[in-house]
Amino acid sequence: MAHETAHTERPEPGDTGGGKPDAAVVRDALGVGVAVGLSGFAFGVTSAGAGLTLLQTCMTSLLIFTGASQFALVGALAAGGNPFTAAAGAFFLGIRNAFYGLRLSQLLALRGPVRPAAAQWVIDETTAVALAQPTRRAARIGFTVTGVTLYLLWNLTTLLGALGAEAIGDTEAWGLDAAGPAVFLALLAPMLRGTVERATAALAVVLGLGLLPVLPAGVPVLVAALAAPAVLYVRGRRDSGRVRRSESRGNEEEQR
Amino acid sequence: MNVWIAIGVTAVGCYAVKLAGLLVPGSVLERPLVRRLAALLPVALLAALTAQQTFGDGRELVLDARVLGVGAAGVALALRAPFLVVVGVAVAVTAGVRALL
Repeated sequence: MAHETAHTERPEPGDTGGGKPDAAVVRDALGVGVAVGLSGFAFGVTSAGAGLTLLQTCMTSLLIFTGASQFALVGALAAGGNPFTAAAGAFFLGIRNAFYGLRLSQLLALRGPVRPAAAQWVIDETTAVALAQPTRRAARIGFTVTGVTLYLLWNLTTLLGALGAEAIGDTEAWGLDAAGPAVFLALLAPMLRGTVERATAALAVVLGLGLLPVLPAGVPVLVAALAAPAVLYVRGRRDSGRVRRSESRGNEEEQR
Repeated sequence: MNVWIAIGVTAVGCYAVKLAGLLVPGSVLERPLVRRLAALLPVALLAALTAQQTFGDGRELVLDARVLGVGAAGVALALRAPFLVVVGVAVAVTAGVRALL
Protein backbone atom coordinates (compact mmCIF):
# COMPACT_ATOMS: atom_id res chain seq x y z
CA MET A 1 0.00 0.00 0.00
CA ALA A 2 2.94 2.30 0.59
CA HIS A 3 3.72 1.58 -3.03
CA GLU A 4 0.41 3.17 -4.07
CA THR A 5 1.04 6.39 -2.25
CA ALA A 6 4.41 6.94 -3.87
CA HIS A 7 2.71 8.40 -6.91
CA THR A 8 0.50 10.83 -5.04
CA GLU A 9 3.14 12.03 -2.59
CA ARG A 10 4.61 14.62 -4.88
CA PRO A 11 3.00 18.05 -4.91
CA GLU A 12 1.07 19.00 -8.02
CA PRO A 13 3.28 20.60 -10.70
CA GLY A 14 1.50 23.97 -10.46
CA ASP A 15 1.94 24.30 -6.72
CA THR A 16 4.10 27.00 -5.26
CA GLY A 17 4.92 24.90 -2.19
CA GLY A 18 4.49 27.42 0.62
CA GLY A 19 0.84 28.26 0.04
CA LYS A 20 -0.77 24.98 -0.99
CA PRO A 21 -4.55 25.47 -1.05
CA ASP A 22 -6.58 23.37 1.39
CA ALA A 23 -8.66 21.98 -1.48
CA ALA A 24 -5.52 20.60 -3.15
CA VAL A 25 -4.48 18.88 0.07
CA VAL A 26 -7.94 17.39 0.49
CA ARG A 27 -7.90 16.16 -3.11
CA ASP A 28 -4.52 14.42 -2.65
CA ALA A 29 -5.66 12.87 0.61
CA LEU A 30 -8.95 11.64 -0.82
CA GLY A 31 -7.14 10.08 -3.77
CA VAL A 32 -4.90 8.03 -1.51
CA GLY A 33 -7.71 7.20 0.90
CA VAL A 34 -10.04 5.94 -1.83
CA ALA A 35 -7.42 3.96 -3.77
CA VAL A 36 -6.06 2.15 -0.75
CA GLY A 37 -9.37 1.93 1.08
CA LEU A 38 -10.74 -0.16 -1.77
CA SER A 39 -8.10 -2.81 -1.17
CA GLY A 40 -9.85 -3.65 2.09
CA PHE A 41 -11.93 -5.76 -0.27
CA ALA A 42 -8.92 -8.06 -0.80
CA PHE A 43 -8.50 -8.34 2.95
CA GLY A 44 -12.15 -9.21 3.56
CA VAL A 45 -12.00 -11.94 0.92
CA THR A 46 -8.69 -13.34 2.20
CA SER A 47 -9.84 -13.30 5.81
CA ALA A 48 -13.09 -15.11 5.01
CA GLY A 49 -11.14 -17.60 2.90
CA ALA A 50 -8.84 -18.17 5.90
CA GLY A 51 -11.87 -19.25 7.92
CA LEU A 52 -12.56 -16.18 10.07
CA THR A 53 -16.20 -15.33 10.71
CA LEU A 54 -17.76 -12.12 9.39
CA LEU A 55 -17.57 -10.52 12.84
CA GLN A 56 -13.93 -11.58 13.35
CA THR A 57 -12.97 -10.21 9.94
CA CYS A 58 -14.65 -6.86 10.58
CA MET A 59 -13.23 -6.52 14.10
CA THR A 60 -9.74 -7.17 12.69
CA SER A 61 -10.04 -4.20 10.34
CA LEU A 62 -11.69 -1.96 12.96
CA LEU A 63 -9.25 -2.70 15.79
CA ILE A 64 -5.93 -3.56 14.16
CA PHE A 65 -6.20 -1.26 11.12
CA THR A 66 -2.79 -1.77 9.57
CA GLY A 67 -2.98 -3.78 6.37
CA ALA A 68 0.14 -5.94 6.29
CA SER A 69 -0.34 -7.03 9.91
CA GLN A 70 -3.94 -8.02 9.19
CA PHE A 71 -2.98 -10.17 6.20
CA ALA A 72 -0.16 -11.78 8.19
CA LEU A 73 -2.48 -12.54 11.10
CA VAL A 74 -5.20 -14.27 9.09
CA GLY A 75 -2.58 -16.12 7.02
CA ALA A 76 -0.94 -17.50 10.15
CA LEU A 77 -4.30 -18.47 11.65
CA ALA A 78 -5.29 -20.23 8.42
CA ALA A 79 -2.04 -22.22 8.54
CA GLY A 80 -2.97 -23.41 12.03
CA GLY A 81 -0.55 -21.29 14.04
CA ASN A 82 -1.23 -20.75 17.73
CA PRO A 83 -2.73 -17.33 18.51
CA PHE A 84 0.40 -15.91 20.10
CA THR A 85 2.85 -16.83 17.32
CA ALA A 86 0.28 -15.53 14.80
CA ALA A 87 -0.04 -12.28 16.77
CA ALA A 88 3.75 -11.96 17.10
CA GLY A 89 4.29 -11.99 13.33
CA ALA A 90 1.56 -9.40 12.84
CA PHE A 91 2.95 -7.27 15.68
CA PHE A 92 6.49 -7.20 14.26
CA LEU A 93 5.09 -5.97 10.94
CA GLY A 94 3.32 -3.16 12.84
CA ILE A 95 6.45 -1.88 14.57
CA ARG A 96 7.26 0.44 11.67
CA ASN A 97 4.22 2.52 12.65
CA ALA A 98 6.07 3.65 15.80
CA PHE A 99 8.63 5.34 13.57
CA TYR A 100 5.89 6.99 11.55
CA GLY A 101 4.38 8.27 14.81
CA LEU A 102 7.70 9.76 15.75
CA ARG A 103 7.88 11.78 12.55
CA LEU A 104 4.21 12.77 12.75
CA SER A 105 4.31 13.96 16.36
CA GLN A 106 6.94 16.53 15.42
CA LEU A 107 5.21 17.50 12.18
CA LEU A 108 1.61 17.73 13.42
CA ALA A 109 2.42 18.95 16.97
CA LEU A 110 -0.65 17.20 18.37
CA ARG A 111 -1.91 18.20 21.80
CA GLY A 112 -1.93 15.51 24.52
CA PRO A 113 -5.63 14.59 24.52
CA VAL A 114 -5.74 14.23 20.70
CA ARG A 115 -2.87 11.74 20.52
CA PRO A 116 -4.67 8.57 21.67
CA ALA A 117 -7.39 9.22 19.07
CA ALA A 118 -4.95 10.05 16.27
CA ALA A 119 -2.76 7.02 17.03
CA GLN A 120 -5.04 4.49 15.33
CA TRP A 121 -4.51 6.31 12.01
CA VAL A 122 -0.71 6.29 12.17
CA ILE A 123 -0.02 4.01 9.17
CA ASP A 124 1.86 3.99 5.85
CA GLU A 125 -0.59 6.07 3.84
CA THR A 126 -1.48 8.82 6.32
CA THR A 127 2.22 9.31 7.04
CA ALA A 128 3.11 9.50 3.35
CA VAL A 129 0.43 12.15 2.70
CA ALA A 130 1.25 14.21 5.81
CA LEU A 131 5.01 14.20 5.16
CA ALA A 132 4.46 15.36 1.58
CA GLN A 133 2.74 18.60 2.67
CA PRO A 134 4.58 21.94 2.76
CA THR A 135 3.05 23.41 5.94
CA ARG A 136 1.81 22.20 9.33
CA ARG A 137 -1.75 23.20 8.50
CA ALA A 138 -1.63 21.23 5.23
CA ALA A 139 -0.05 18.24 7.00
CA ARG A 140 -2.83 18.23 9.60
CA ILE A 141 -5.53 18.39 6.93
CA GLY A 142 -3.80 15.70 4.86
CA PHE A 143 -3.41 13.38 7.85
CA THR A 144 -7.01 13.82 8.98
CA VAL A 145 -8.70 13.51 5.59
CA THR A 146 -6.59 10.47 4.62
CA GLY A 147 -7.23 8.90 8.03
CA VAL A 148 -11.02 9.38 7.95
CA THR A 149 -11.41 8.30 4.30
CA LEU A 150 -9.19 5.28 4.67
CA TYR A 151 -10.71 4.14 7.97
CA LEU A 152 -14.28 4.33 6.65
CA LEU A 153 -13.55 2.74 3.27
CA TRP A 154 -11.17 0.07 4.57
CA ASN A 155 -13.78 -1.16 7.02
CA LEU A 156 -16.66 -0.92 4.55
CA THR A 157 -14.78 -2.83 1.84
CA THR A 158 -13.61 -5.40 4.40
CA LEU A 159 -17.27 -6.11 5.16
CA LEU A 160 -18.17 -6.30 1.46
CA GLY A 161 -15.20 -8.57 0.70
CA ALA A 162 -16.10 -10.95 3.52
CA LEU A 163 -19.74 -11.03 2.43
CA GLY A 164 -18.69 -11.61 -1.18
CA ALA A 165 -16.39 -14.49 -0.21
CA GLU A 166 -19.15 -16.12 1.80
CA ALA A 167 -21.54 -15.77 -1.11
CA ILE A 168 -19.26 -17.51 -3.61
CA GLY A 169 -18.30 -20.34 -1.24
CA ASP A 170 -15.07 -22.10 -2.33
CA THR A 171 -12.58 -19.21 -2.38
CA GLU A 172 -9.74 -21.42 -3.66
CA ALA A 173 -11.60 -22.28 -6.86
CA TRP A 174 -11.69 -18.53 -7.53
CA GLY A 175 -7.95 -18.19 -6.90
CA LEU A 176 -8.53 -15.98 -3.88
CA ASP A 177 -5.81 -17.72 -1.87
CA ALA A 178 -3.35 -15.94 -4.20
CA ALA A 179 -4.57 -12.50 -3.02
CA GLY A 180 -2.60 -12.64 0.26
CA PRO A 181 0.85 -13.38 -1.22
CA ALA A 182 0.20 -10.87 -4.04
CA VAL A 183 -0.51 -8.17 -1.44
CA PHE A 184 2.73 -8.98 0.41
CA LEU A 185 4.67 -8.93 -2.86
CA ALA A 186 3.18 -5.55 -3.80
CA LEU A 187 4.17 -4.12 -0.40
CA LEU A 188 7.65 -5.67 -0.58
CA ALA A 189 8.62 -4.72 -4.15
CA PRO A 190 9.21 -0.98 -3.61
CA MET A 191 11.34 -1.76 -0.53
CA LEU A 192 13.88 -3.83 -2.49
CA ARG A 193 16.02 -0.86 -3.52
CA GLY A 194 19.49 -1.80 -2.33
CA THR A 195 21.67 -4.85 -1.88
CA VAL A 196 21.04 -4.91 1.88
CA GLU A 197 17.27 -5.13 1.31
CA ARG A 198 17.65 -7.81 -1.37
CA ALA A 199 20.03 -9.91 0.72
CA THR A 200 17.62 -9.68 3.67
CA ALA A 201 14.67 -10.73 1.52
CA ALA A 202 16.59 -13.66 0.00
CA LEU A 203 17.74 -14.93 3.40
CA ALA A 204 14.23 -14.55 4.82
CA VAL A 205 12.75 -16.58 1.94
CA VAL A 206 15.28 -19.38 2.51
CA LEU A 207 14.59 -19.41 6.26
CA GLY A 208 10.82 -19.12 5.86
CA LEU A 209 10.55 -21.99 3.37
CA GLY A 210 13.31 -24.17 4.81
CA LEU A 211 11.89 -24.13 8.32
CA LEU A 212 8.23 -24.47 7.29
CA PRO A 213 8.20 -28.31 7.40
CA VAL A 214 10.13 -28.57 10.69
CA LEU A 215 8.83 -25.85 13.02
CA PRO A 216 5.27 -25.22 14.34
CA ALA A 217 3.05 -22.98 12.16
CA GLY A 218 3.80 -19.27 12.55
CA VAL A 219 7.27 -19.78 14.03
CA PRO A 220 9.25 -19.95 10.74
CA VAL A 221 8.19 -16.35 9.90
CA LEU A 222 9.49 -15.14 13.25
CA VAL A 223 12.83 -16.90 12.68
CA ALA A 224 12.94 -15.44 9.16
CA ALA A 225 12.65 -11.96 10.70
CA LEU A 226 16.13 -12.55 12.13
CA ALA A 227 17.41 -12.14 8.56
CA ALA A 228 17.20 -8.35 9.19
CA PRO A 229 19.62 -8.16 12.16
CA ALA A 230 21.80 -10.89 10.61
CA VAL A 231 22.31 -8.98 7.36
CA LEU A 232 22.85 -5.70 9.23
CA TYR A 233 25.46 -7.41 11.42
CA VAL A 234 27.38 -8.85 8.47
CA ARG A 235 27.13 -5.56 6.63
CA GLY A 236 28.24 -3.64 9.72
CA ARG A 237 31.36 -5.77 10.09
CA ARG A 238 32.23 -5.35 6.44
CA ASP A 239 31.66 -1.60 6.62
CA SER A 240 33.44 -0.99 9.91
CA GLY A 241 36.28 0.72 8.01
CA ARG A 242 33.86 2.83 5.99
CA VAL A 243 31.54 4.33 8.58
CA ARG A 244 30.66 7.39 6.56
CA ARG A 245 28.56 5.42 4.10
CA SER A 246 25.96 4.65 6.74
CA GLU A 247 24.99 8.30 6.71
CA SER A 248 24.15 8.31 3.02
CA ARG A 249 22.17 5.13 3.52
CA GLY A 250 20.04 6.94 6.08
CA ASN A 251 18.58 8.95 3.23
CA GLU A 252 16.98 5.88 1.70
CA GLU A 253 14.90 5.50 4.81
CA GLU A 254 13.68 9.05 4.59
CA GLN A 255 11.78 8.09 1.46
CA ARG A 256 9.88 5.32 3.18
CA MET B 1 -11.66 -18.62 20.77
CA ASN B 2 -8.07 -18.79 19.57
CA VAL B 3 -8.92 -16.42 16.74
CA TRP B 4 -10.35 -13.84 19.17
CA ILE B 5 -7.24 -14.10 21.37
CA ALA B 6 -5.02 -13.52 18.33
CA ILE B 7 -7.12 -10.52 17.18
CA GLY B 8 -7.12 -9.04 20.70
CA VAL B 9 -3.37 -9.45 21.28
CA THR B 10 -2.52 -8.06 17.83
CA ALA B 11 -4.91 -5.11 18.21
CA VAL B 12 -3.46 -4.12 21.60
CA GLY B 13 0.13 -4.57 20.39
CA CYS B 14 -0.35 -2.67 17.14
CA TYR B 15 -2.19 0.21 18.84
CA ALA B 16 0.51 0.39 21.52
CA VAL B 17 3.33 0.83 18.99
CA LYS B 18 1.35 3.46 17.06
CA LEU B 19 0.74 5.43 20.26
CA ALA B 20 4.31 4.92 21.48
CA GLY B 21 5.61 6.66 18.36
CA LEU B 22 3.51 9.73 19.17
CA LEU B 23 4.47 9.79 22.87
CA VAL B 24 8.08 8.58 23.13
CA PRO B 25 10.81 11.25 23.02
CA GLY B 26 12.53 11.29 19.64
CA SER B 27 16.00 10.48 20.95
CA VAL B 28 15.02 6.88 21.86
CA LEU B 29 14.01 5.85 18.36
CA GLU B 30 16.30 8.12 16.36
CA ARG B 31 19.45 6.01 16.81
CA PRO B 32 20.71 4.96 13.36
CA LEU B 33 20.90 1.23 14.19
CA VAL B 34 17.33 1.17 15.55
CA ARG B 35 16.04 2.96 12.47
CA ARG B 36 17.93 0.67 10.11
CA LEU B 37 16.56 -2.40 11.84
CA ALA B 38 12.99 -1.06 11.88
CA ALA B 39 13.17 -0.36 8.15
CA LEU B 40 14.62 -3.80 7.36
CA LEU B 41 12.31 -5.88 9.56
CA PRO B 42 9.28 -5.54 7.23
CA VAL B 43 11.47 -6.58 4.28
CA ALA B 44 12.35 -9.87 6.00
CA LEU B 45 8.79 -10.53 7.18
CA LEU B 46 7.10 -9.69 3.88
CA ALA B 47 9.59 -11.78 1.89
CA ALA B 48 9.08 -14.80 4.14
CA LEU B 49 5.29 -14.39 4.10
CA THR B 50 5.16 -14.05 0.32
CA ALA B 51 7.20 -17.22 -0.13
CA GLN B 52 5.27 -19.23 2.46
CA GLN B 53 1.85 -18.28 1.16
CA THR B 54 2.94 -19.04 -2.41
CA PHE B 55 4.56 -22.44 -1.76
CA GLY B 56 3.19 -23.54 1.61
CA ASP B 57 0.26 -25.86 2.24
CA GLY B 58 0.00 -26.37 5.97
CA ARG B 59 3.50 -27.60 6.82
CA GLU B 60 4.32 -28.91 3.35
CA LEU B 61 5.87 -27.16 0.37
CA VAL B 62 3.89 -27.60 -2.84
CA LEU B 63 3.90 -26.28 -6.42
CA ASP B 64 0.38 -25.36 -7.54
CA ALA B 65 -1.54 -22.69 -9.45
CA ARG B 66 -0.62 -20.02 -6.87
CA VAL B 67 2.98 -19.99 -8.16
CA LEU B 68 1.81 -18.84 -11.60
CA GLY B 69 -0.65 -16.37 -10.05
CA VAL B 70 1.95 -14.73 -7.83
CA GLY B 71 4.45 -14.84 -10.72
CA ALA B 72 1.96 -12.93 -12.85
CA ALA B 73 1.55 -10.42 -10.01
CA GLY B 74 5.32 -9.95 -10.10
CA VAL B 75 5.16 -9.18 -13.81
CA ALA B 76 2.31 -6.71 -13.17
CA LEU B 77 4.45 -5.02 -10.50
CA ALA B 78 7.39 -4.77 -12.88
CA LEU B 79 5.03 -3.06 -15.35
CA ARG B 80 4.08 -0.60 -12.56
CA ALA B 81 0.45 -1.72 -12.39
CA PRO B 82 -1.60 -0.21 -9.52
CA PHE B 83 -2.03 -2.20 -6.30
CA LEU B 84 -5.53 -3.50 -7.01
CA VAL B 85 -4.58 -4.62 -10.52
CA VAL B 86 -1.61 -6.56 -9.13
CA VAL B 87 -3.85 -8.43 -6.69
CA GLY B 88 -6.54 -8.94 -9.34
CA VAL B 89 -4.03 -10.45 -11.80
CA ALA B 90 -2.80 -12.92 -9.16
CA VAL B 91 -6.35 -14.04 -8.37
CA ALA B 92 -7.44 -14.27 -12.03
CA VAL B 93 -4.39 -16.24 -13.19
CA THR B 94 -4.61 -18.64 -10.23
CA ALA B 95 -8.31 -19.25 -10.85
CA GLY B 96 -7.72 -19.64 -14.59
CA VAL B 97 -4.95 -22.22 -14.14
CA ARG B 98 -7.09 -24.19 -11.67
CA ALA B 99 -10.01 -24.17 -14.09
CA LEU B 100 -7.81 -25.51 -16.91
CA LEU B 101 -6.04 -28.29 -14.96
